[in-house]
Amino acid sequence: MANPTVIWLSSFLLSLILAPLLPGIVNKVKAFFAGRRGPNLFQLYFDLAKLLRKEGVFSATAGGFLQVAPPVSLGCLLLAALLLPHGLVRSPLGFGGDAVLFFYLLGMARFITVLGALDTGSSFEGMGASREMQFSALAEGAIFGVIGFIAVFTGRAGFTMLPADGGGEWWSVHAVSLLLAAAAFFVVLMAENCRVPFDDPETHLELTMIHEAMILDYGGPDLALILYGASLKLWMYAMVLMMLVLPWSICGTWLGMGCTLGGVLLTAVVVGAVESSMARYRFLKVPRMLVGALAVALLGIFFRLVFEGGIQ
Amino acid sequence: MLPMKIGNGMAALWREVPVCEMAEFRAWLREISETERRRIAAFFAVPDDEQFRLVAVAEDAGGCGFALCSVRVCRVYPALSGEIAALQKFERLIAERDGLVPEGHPYLQPVRRLREDEDGRGFLAERGAAVHDVAVGPVHAGVIEPGHFRFECVGEKVHSLEIALGYQHRGIEAMLAGGPDEKTLHLMETADGSSSIAVATAYARLIEALSGIAVPAETVTLRAIALELERIANHVGDLGALAGDVAFLPTASFCGRIRGEYLNMTAELCGNRFGRNFILPGGTRFGLDAARAGKILDWLRRVKRDLDGALKLFFDSPTVLDRLENTGRVSRETALHLGAVGPAARASGVARDARCDFGWSEYAPYAACECVTEETGDVLARARVRLRELEFSHRFLDAALAEAVRRPIEAVRCDSGIFPAADSIAVSAVEGWRGEHIHVALTDSRGYFEVYRMVDPSLRNWEMLGMALRGEEISNFPICNKSFNLSYCGHDL
Repeated sequence: MANPTVIWLSSFLLSLILAPLLPGIVNKVKAFFAGRRGPNLFQLYFDLAKLLRKEGVFSATAGGFLQVAPPVSLGCLLLAALLLPHGLVRSPLGFGGDAVLFFYLLGMARFITVLGALDTGSSFEGMGASREMQFSALAEGAIFGVIGFIAVFTGRAGFTMLPADGGGEWWSVHAVSLLLAAAAFFVVLMAENCRVPFDDPETHLELTMIHEAMILDYGGPDLALILYGASLKLWMYAMVLMMLVLPWSICGTWLGMGCTLGGVLLTAVVVGAVESSMARYRFLKVPRMLVGALAVALLGIFFRLVFEGGIQ
Repeated sequence: MLPMKIGNGMAALWREVPVCEMAEFRAWLREISETERRRIAAFFAVPDDEQFRLVAVAEDAGGCGFALCSVRVCRVYPALSGEIAALQKFERLIAERDGLVPEGHPYLQPVRRLREDEDGRGFLAERGAAVHDVAVGPVHAGVIEPGHFRFECVGEKVHSLEIALGYQHRGIEAMLAGGPDEKTLHLMETADGSSSIAVATAYARLIEALSGIAVPAETVTLRAIALELERIANHVGDLGALAGDVAFLPTASFCGRIRGEYLNMTAELCGNRFGRNFILPGGTRFGLDAARAGKILDWLRRVKRDLDGALKLFFDSPTVLDRLENTGRVSRETALHLGAVGPAARASGVARDARCDFGWSEYAPYAACECVTEETGDVLARARVRLRELEFSHRFLDAALAEAVRRPIEAVRCDSGIFPAADSIAVSAVEGWRGEHIHVALTDSRGYFEVYRMVDPSLRNWEMLGMALRGEEISNFPICNKSFNLSYCGHDL
């Protein structure tokens, strides 16, 4: 048995290094479906290297938030990353309610980005900020549905207890409720990471943008921080999804770590496939989907409690 | 006084154009604008001694073509747009170009010149704490033409959209005066580069009418082949762009590639992907021999299979249909009221198609003319009109090219020069892929253009976009805009 701390630490570092690979995978899959060759798998690394060599340019009419937002936002994301059970090993910083803190750190990152967007005074960025807040408020419901599900399983609103709760019979006993929770969380993952059908990361049309509209004014290293942060966020959501679907009997092993990494990369493939097979929703439909995700998460809790034998 | 009748691609003497009283003129125009089968094609001013003649050209579908009438006015005259909405842009153009003042015009803003105030004064403005302006353009994100769009919004909902164009104004109509000369064809083909073939055909027919040149039926068919290839390429491009805007990737990518195939077929036909320098007054630069006709025919059938697959994917996808349905609706009444033309009008249930309305001989032997209409007037209807027109165009090309394999078409050129008749007026209409292009020319005493007016379908359709956005979500603007895909340079000339 390997030292869990070593597994956690190496998995954490790998997450930070491999995160920019995810958008590359998504784009490759989308290109495959569209019959194109697509950009390089490592395109985001090249982009980041290019952007970091440039210098930022800021509008003279904007205040301080515009400049502060990217580093603070990335800081929040990195802090959140420290709470995750990387490689299915509980984080050294983990505690009973860390899932709540995790999602609110992501919320904090969003909040500061929104302030930065409003700071520019641009009508596009204002619209983007307003949409981002509206949809994230609704996504929060679904997120707490999933946290509630975790709490029902483990007795605590945290990631900490998950791996400790081992046993090989998870999927044979709890398949339905786990699937429901995972489905709900996948919807949240798509919405929170600005993927089709909720948002379109490829669009150049300001009027339809959500997240992209908020970062129109950034360039150079600041844009690099934002792009890196976005890929890290997608990585972290995929990891939480893995915690829900992977059998916990493998936790604390190198196999567990490998499965998590593989699962995260596979999630990117699924995201790309979903994006290729459907059109984007009109805005009015987004809230319905998010509330629907909440309902699915609640259904998962219901199944767990009623059919799968109460709280342990 | 009765208006003068004149066929599509026919000429008449200018002095025979009747002059009537203002009241009669007004009643006549109002009657036309209220009838579905008729519409106002062109409206312009001609200097006449100290005064002006306002000339109206009306189309009479199913009739013999056009009806012309005019009225004498001084520099200031009572505006007609108040009761005839379809005239509003024409009256603004006259005010801008000739300095006439239409008194009581509801919206006398420049059409092709920029507004003098840059900070937005002069734009419609609503009051209220929740109302906000969203100004887009003239510089857009993406390689597209410049135009300024100003939305009055409450939250995400658009109350009104004001469209200010003119950034592409090159003064083409002014440059055409004194022609035709060696530059004229080039000006035509670049007036709206995406409709080069349609515009050049309209011009060629006009010159042929004025010069009394009779073009053989095969040449007319050859022009129609080029025109339908242009229509297909653009419709395919539009459907692909629409797919791109709703983030439906496969169709967006496939259509981009397939559009290229049709452009290459056009190049195979005439040496240029956009059909430039192919259609000449009096004929065509090249003929079509059996080998090339056969090659294009095989190519066309092969590509059609790919196209069907890509479009089936698009129109069978529930998420796509959900996105397009009920988006950007324009009612039939509004379309009629604004004098809309082309696929946009047909999508709102207004059956207007110059190919059918003027009994075009070139289509008759190959495919029964069919005016495709939809009922709902939303983005989906505009997409479906294109889809169904693609079918018709392919049917026509299939038959016409198969005939060309049997009987090759010779190039016909008018090398002896063209000599338009003096003091005459001629009108021609060609259904391009955006709608009908109307050309009107008036020659002076030596047979040169005194007045040349090109009425692009976009000129008559831009207001429709504004109406489509009323009450719509602002995030739906891009797909509404794409579903019309109007021309900026054709409008601005």
